[in-house]
This record gives sequence, structure tokens and C-alpha cells, in this order.
Amino acid sequence: MAVTLDQTIAQKQHTFLSRLFSSQTFWVVIAVILACVFLSFATDAFATSKNLYNITRNITFVAIVALGMTFVIITGGIDLSVGSVLCLCSMVLAVTMHAGYSIEVGILASIATALAIGAFNGVLIAYLGFPPFVVTLGMLSIARSLAMVASNNTVVFQFGPDHNKLLALGGGAWLFGIANPVLYMILLALITGFILRWTKFGRHIFAIGGNEHAATLTGVPVKRITVAVYMISALSAGVAGIIQTGWLGAVTTNLGTGMELQVIAATVIGGANLAGGVGTAFGAIVGAALIEVIRNSLGLLGINAFWQGTFIGGAILLAVLFDRIRNFRRSD
Amino acid sequence: MAVLELTNISKHFGAIQAVNDVSLSIEPGQVVGLMGDNGAGKSTLVKMIAGNFRPSHGVMRMDDRELILHKPAEARQHGIEIVHQDLALCNNLTAAANVYLGRELRRGVGPFRILDYAAMYKRAGQLFAELKSETRPRDLVKQMSGGQRQAVAIARTMLSQARIVLMDEPTAAISVRQVAEVLNLIRHLRDQGIAVVLISHRMPDVFDVADRVIVMRRGRKVADKTIASSSPEEVTGLITGAIEQVA
Repeated sequence: MAVTLDQTIAQKQHTFLSRLFSSQTFWVVIAVILACVFLSFATDAFATSKNLYNITRNITFVAIVALGMTFVIITGGIDLSVGSVLCLCSMVLAVTMHAGYSIEVGILASIATALAIGAFNGVLIAYLGFPPFVVTLGMLSIARSLAMVASNNTVVFQFGPDHNKLLALGGGAWLFGIANPVLYMILLALITGFILRWTKFGRHIFAIGGNEHAATLTGVPVKRITVAVYMISALSAGVAGIIQTGWLGAVTTNLGTGMELQVIAATVIGGANLAGGVGTAFGAIVGAALIEVIRNSLGLLGINAFWQGTFIGGAILLAVLFDRIRNFRRSD
Repeated sequence: MAVLELTNISKHFGAIQAVNDVSLSIEPGQVVGLMGDNGAGKSTLVKMIAGNFRPSHGVMRMDDRELILHKPAEARQHGIEIVHQDLALCNNLTAAANVYLGRELRRGVGPFRILDYAAMYKRAGQLFAELKSETRPRDLVKQMSGGQRQAVAIARTMLSQARIVLMDEPTAAISVRQVAEVLNLIRHLRDQGIAVVLISHRMPDVFDVADRVIVMRRGRKVADKTIASSSPEEVTGLITGAIEQVA
């Protein structure tokens, strides 16, 4: 009788290190760091402040949307409409400001649009039982079409009296020369991480993804949370749209085309499981970073840009392969 | 005094009479085995006690006060807890998270309240110790044995002051060793003065752990006796209808 029951119960089976090494996110971080080290030696252009500024900023738009997508994916859902919602929200902002309204009104209108779309998706999915894939696929088409209607399919590049404020918001670097979008991304990632780990809402999101039936039986408000999750996803697309509008200084109706696939790829590379129940804010950022580093490095190494898709697709499969290997080991 | 008393309870769905004129009473600290073939009305009866259905006729009383339940949450408030057949666990969460699912502890003030991990781990650990189960609060449920999973589901019922625990086929799909573990968990609940209603198909389990056995057939209660005064052969006869009814 060497070990008592109390000792067994108090025992921690996993140390910090064992958890770290078994996490997919950790290995993706290692991959990103190795790639950066390699590129710093292999090319002169990579480790320049200008290139790093570009990379970090390019990461942000996919990363911010990926943060919102992480919520959806943890519940076991999917949101294919984010690219189009980003475009529509940008367009609402642009058209409102172009018509002479202030930046505050423009941003409010844009955020309201995002939340309305998210609520629409969420209600159809949670209360009417539509499959998320179908609802958001429909919204992918609807939102982009509405963006075309709102702008009459033109490019908007004049934003009324607050034109310069908007460009400063997205294009400036207010703190230590870090691009503003990067600051927003860090802030949003911290908020997302906090919600997922420390709030009841976050806990319930994981519960829904793990076993929706169990969550219902134990009194988790599954339907309300599902609606909230799709609203968060649309909101993140809207916020990314606002920032991107400020950075680009112009909005076209093909903004964010195909972005949903990059966003989903980023979350999956970062360790989220499309079956639900698993995902982190940090993972979403790291996944977005790996995709951008691959993109950037192919350009710098002089590899034909057509290869990009192959490398990014390979990264997705490789990241998930790690997860499969872990699972095979466990089931043995 | 009976913790729960059912008087002339009936439930019909359209023309189907699922439960017909059943009366029974359950004492604190008593384990009651509820047996019967598929479609005998066991589940319907339990679902009325758990607040999923309202009886068509009859009265339920708790502590001599009439008990009217509109939804499962109200049953919970009255100290009626249910362990579902599938246990209703989330594999991706820790044991402690599952125990507290839907009733998470938080600390802080107003809108700035965060999950109190330390308190939940501590209390969950105490519950597992009370159940004499080697279950670690920080482990994911995914990695647990059937017996440990049962312990998690049962610990959930002990969070609040449970008076009656309804267990739906807790030993249906687990190994022999784990069955023994689950029966021990039931005894620990009983020792704390909690009444346990054990719905089971497995004769040995009921005769091992229960104080009383109630047999249902075609919606009617056909037997309600102490385990000592019955036998597996008699109960089998009652379930199949070979024996019509006993007092």
C-alpha cells in the first residue's frame, strides 16, 4: 500500500513539458521558427525590417478572421462566408464614408452589418437545424452579391471627410513602428485566448464541440451560444475588413475572395480540429504565420508562385499528420 | 418517511398507454432496482420523475408536498438527479470540467468573473475520493475507463444536495471489473442517505446492490418486493409474464 487513493487523485499525469511536446501548435511554432532561421541565412531580403514589417502585417488579416473562425470550429461548425462578409463590411464602411458620414458612423454600420449576418447564420443553424456548411455557403454568395449591389460593382477609394483617419487607422504604425493591424491582431488574440480559457462561455463552446447532446442535457444554453459563435465569426471578418480597408485605401468587390479557405487552413494548421472540441487562439495566429512565411519565402527564393498552393496544401496535410500519428499511438 | 411517493401515476401518448396506474414510494438511502422488458414503461416512468414528461394522471409527492415538474431543471432544483445511459460526458474536457458542466464555479466580481479552476479541481477530487474512485480531476475523460467515466457522471449528481439519483442502465456496456466499480459507487451514494433508482436489465447487478426490486410489464407495476423475499427466477418470470403478478 504505497500509494493512497488521495495521492492518486491528486497526481498530475501530464507535466508542462509533456503537454507542450504533444501539442500540434508547438510543432508548427518550431516549423515557423526553423523556416525563419533558414530564410535569414538563405536570402538577404528576408531578415530586413521592411520584409518583416510586411510579413507581420500580411499575417494579420487572415489571423484576425481565423480567431473568429476558431470559435466556430471548436463548436464543430464551419463558416464559409467570412471572405464575402469581409468584403461586404469593407464596402458598407467605404460607401457610408464616401457618402459623407464620419468614420464612427461608417464603422458602426459595418459592425452592425457583420453582427446581423452572423445572427442570421446562427439562427438558421441553431434554431432551424440547417447544416452550417450549407447556410454559410449560401451566405458566401449572398454577402458578395450585396457588396456589389452596395457599390454598383465599382472601386471605392474616396472616403469622405474622414478619409485620412481611416487610412491612419489601417495603415499607420502608432507603437514602436509596429504596423497597426498587427497591434489589433495581438489585442484580439489576447481577448480570444482569455475568453476560451477563462470564461464560462468559452468552456461551453468546448463542451458543445465535444458532445452537443451532453451539453444540452447538463443545461448549457447550446442554441444561444451557437448563435453567438457565428456572430463572433462574422464580427471578426467585419473588423478585419475595416482594418484592411484602411490599409489598402480602396475597396473592390473581389476583396477577400477565397479567403475562407486560407482562414480555415490557418486554424487547422494551428491545431483546431474540424470535428470540434479542440482549438486555440495562439494556434490560429501561428497557422496564419506559417502560411504567410511559406508564401513570402517562395517569392524570396525565386520559386515560381504557382507552387504556392502545393506548399500550403502540403503544410495542412503535414500538420494534421502529426495529430494522426499521436492518435494512432494512443489507440494502440 | 418516503422521499418520493407516486400515487396512481399514468402516462399515455395518444392511444398508447405507456404507464398505467403505478404507485410506489422510495425511502432515503434505499437502492431500488427497476426492471422490465423493453417497452415495459421503465423509461417513461423515470422521465416523469426527472421532469422530461408530465404524468397524464396521478400525483407525485416529495416530503409530503405535491411535486409538479415542467422541465428537467426543476427536478434538479428538487434534488432529483439523473445519470443518463450515455453518461452525457464531453470527451474533450477534463473530469472536473465535466463534473461542473453547466454549473461552473467562478470567482471575481460582476461581469469580470473567471472560471475558478483551482476550486473545481479541488472539489471534484474530493468527490472522487468520497466515491473511492481512482479518477484524477485533471485527466481528459477521453482517456478514462468505463468505471471512471461512471464516477465522473455520478460525481456530477453529488455537487448539489441530491436526494434521489436515477441511473439509466449504468452497467449495460462495461467490463465485469468496471461493473463492480459502479456497484460500489451506488453503495457510496446509498451510504450518504441518497435514494438510488437503478434501471437495469442485468439481474445479477440488481440482486447484488438493490434493497428492493420493482418489476414493470406493459406499463403496469407487477411486483414491488424486498430483494430478500424475491429471487432471480421469480423476477424473470414476472418480466416475461410467466408469473402474472405478486403482492
